[in-house]
Amino acid sequence: MKVEGTVLLVIGVFMGAVCAIYWFLSNETSGTMMLLGATLLGFVPGAYYLWWSRRMKPRPEDNPSASRADGAGVVAAFPSTSVWPFVLGVGAALVGLALVFGLWTAPIGFVLGFAALLGVIRESRRGGAV
Amino acid sequence: MTIAARPALAPSPDLLEEEHGPTGMLKWLTSTDHKVIGKSYTITSLVFFCMAGLMAMVMRTQLTSPDNTLVSQHLYNELFTMHGSLMLYLFAGPFAFGGLANFIVPLQVGAPDMAFPRLNALSYWLYLGGGMIMVSGFLTVGGAADFGWVAYAPLSSATNTPGAGPDMWIVALLLTGFSAIFTGVNIVATVFYLRAPGLTMFRLPIFTWNMLVTAILILIAFPVLASAMIMLWCDRHLGTHIFTVSGGGSPVLWQNLFWFFGHPEVYILALPFFGIVTDVLATFSRKPVFGYKGMVFATISIAALSTSVWAHHMYTTGTELLPFFSLMTYMIAVPTGVKFFNWIGTMWRGSLTFETPMLYAVGFLVVFLFGGVTGILLASPPIDFAVHDTYFVVAHFHEVLFGSAVFGGFAGLYFWYPKFTGRMTREGLGKASFWVMFVGFWVTFVPQYILGLHGMPRRIAEYGAATGWQSLNQVSTAGAYLLFASVAITLINFWVSWRRPVPAGDNPWDAHTLEWATSSPPPHHNFYWIPPIRSERPVWDYNHPEHATPNGHAVPSPVPAAVGSLAAPGSSDGGAGGSGHVGGGTAQ
Ligand code: HEM
Repeated sequence: MKVEGTVLLVIGVFMGAVCAIYWFLSNETSGTMMLLGATLLGFVPGAYYLWWSRRMKPRPEDNPSASRADGAGVVAAFPSTSVWPFVLGVGAALVGLALVFGLWTAPIGFVLGFAALLGVIRESRRGGAV
Repeated sequence: MTIAARPALAPSPDLLEEEHGPTGMLKWLTSTDHKVIGKSYTITSLVFFCMAGLMAMVMRTQLTSPDNTLVSQHLYNELFTMHGSLMLYLFAGPFAFGGLANFIVPLQVGAPDMAFPRLNALSYWLYLGGGMIMVSGFLTVGGAADFGWVAYAPLSSATNTPGAGPDMWIVALLLTGFSAIFTGVNIVATVFYLRAPGLTMFRLPIFTWNMLVTAILILIAFPVLASAMIMLWCDRHLGTHIFTVSGGGSPVLWQNLFWFFGHPEVYILALPFFGIVTDVLATFSRKPVFGYKGMVFATISIAALSTSVWAHHMYTTGTELLPFFSLMTYMIAVPTGVKFFNWIGTMWRGSLTFETPMLYAVGFLVVFLFGGVTGILLASPPIDFAVHDTYFVVAHFHEVLFGSAVFGGFAGLYFWYPKFTGRMTREGLGKASFWVMFVGFWVTFVPQYILGLHGMPRRIAEYGAATGWQSLNQVSTAGAYLLFASVAITLINFWVSWRRPVPAGDNPWDAHTLEWATSSPPPHHNFYWIPPIRSERPVWDYNHPEHATPNGHAVPSPVPAAVGSLAAPGSSDGGAGGSGHVGGGTAQ
């Protein structure tokens, strides 16, 4: 986890430096704000990972001489099929189209989105595929 | 929901929990398997590529003779806007991080799937929906968006470009923007959390590294795009004046927002292809990547620098800090140069063979180098002032984009096609497609450099006969038809391999990285077993224990004596390879 955190921190430090230089040279706000955002994107998760890397159990994927037995066992649960991403995608597209052709597609889109939300929650509870 | 366990130590058919899920249409709609989604992405993005290519053919045909009337001025504007938008937003990016990366990254890190499979599926549906909305702009009364792929304010305001087409373009970018962000999150989480034991960060294949860095860039850039789109929509419909001078807004703000997204986007489109090319070159040179860590650091510095050069697209607005941005732009050439040396170092004294993917990869090197050199010219404000908005720039960015997305992309496509489908493509057709494309490419774009120097502006549908631009334009159009032919040959190649399959086997190229340890195409949840990982090329170490990679770095196999000295910098930095080295295969 250390390397992961450091990579993000390095990006954060660089963006922070550029942000400062840019602000002093140009006094231009939009660019500075965006650079600030990029700085935070490096620092916030990077610092979290680094902090976390000290308190978690060492992981076999960080250990160059880990044997495959070290990593044996369950990785995670993965859904194999689910129709809800499709439903949510259609819903999002309909909400988007409402920005072009007027509001009438938006309610349908929201209903689909809501259905997808419920669907995903039920699916995860049941722990089964569709 | 299926529980994925780590694969066993040795190949074991017990783990063969093949899915008996839905097939056909239903499978396509409901699958959350990264391989199915990756294939859908690849095919969809290639369809958009072909559409955008056809638009380019129409434009080139229009430009063959002066005052041609094949298409109207208005239609020409729509065509170049949609060509650029389709190529950049719907082909190059999604092809790389939605298609290839989706399929390959989990395999390369030894994971059973992407970290968030359903989010991954959602990305695809948002992308497909957005793409369809963007293209169907052509069906509306006013036609598709026609303000260029950069949608500069105030041209993109509701008065200057009214109609539904531009709005659909905005919505499409919102949807595909979110799809890219979700994919970015997914890739970062997959690489950080789902690696196989022993696969430290500094043993990841370069393709995966580059995709990781690209994903981080996506997370920096795409939210800015999404918010810019929302602001633009508000300007067009809610009467805000964010980008219009009349209400106290600032058109240059649009340029700042857009290019803060747009320039990283250019690297989002390049870095994945750098990764592909690195892996392909290493495989067909039968050597480890030369200067592995240098490569990784170069990638990270390109990414970081790319977010601080955005205003070099705005030199001529006169509002920008020329020295700052010019310096940053020059600096970005340094890590890119490092990459070039490492690519050449990778090939140096390897035992090279030139299968189709390798040809495309070498083609990429040549084309991208040329594009990069003209880019350095453009980084100098005095030169940019002279050729800004001429065909010189058109030729430059096609050389960079076509070089990476098409030469690099086709290298990846031909390289991983056996893994995608379990079948080989035909070498003869593949090589033919490469040579036609390579020749066609130069014939198309070299005349455009000259036209640019003669002052031909970009984005014009007609030019007068007195300009004397006709003959060069004709050459360029002929080249474009060659490019069309080359893509057709590739499609025929895929069709032939589909009708008359030649089975590929697990590892047809004798390649290095984990995706080649599993069957082609890989089973559900990807791996029955994983070889021991002691270096950045575990499959090679396993298959060629006599040439295993000690310390996880450098010391190439076929001709160790000759290259040992060259490779020394790579092997001496090898903290990651570390002590507990176990010879490949002996860990059984
Ligand atoms: C198949 C070969 C290709 C041909 C013949 C071609 C041709 C053209 C032409 C004629 C234009 C309009 C130039 C103008 O009037 O200003 C253009 C613009 C553009 N092309 Fe291509 N192109 C090709 C491939 C690509 C690829 C692969 C990409 C990117 C991945 C790409 C990205 C762009 C962009 C971004 C623009 C600018 C659109 C704008 O001005 O808003 N093209 N291309």
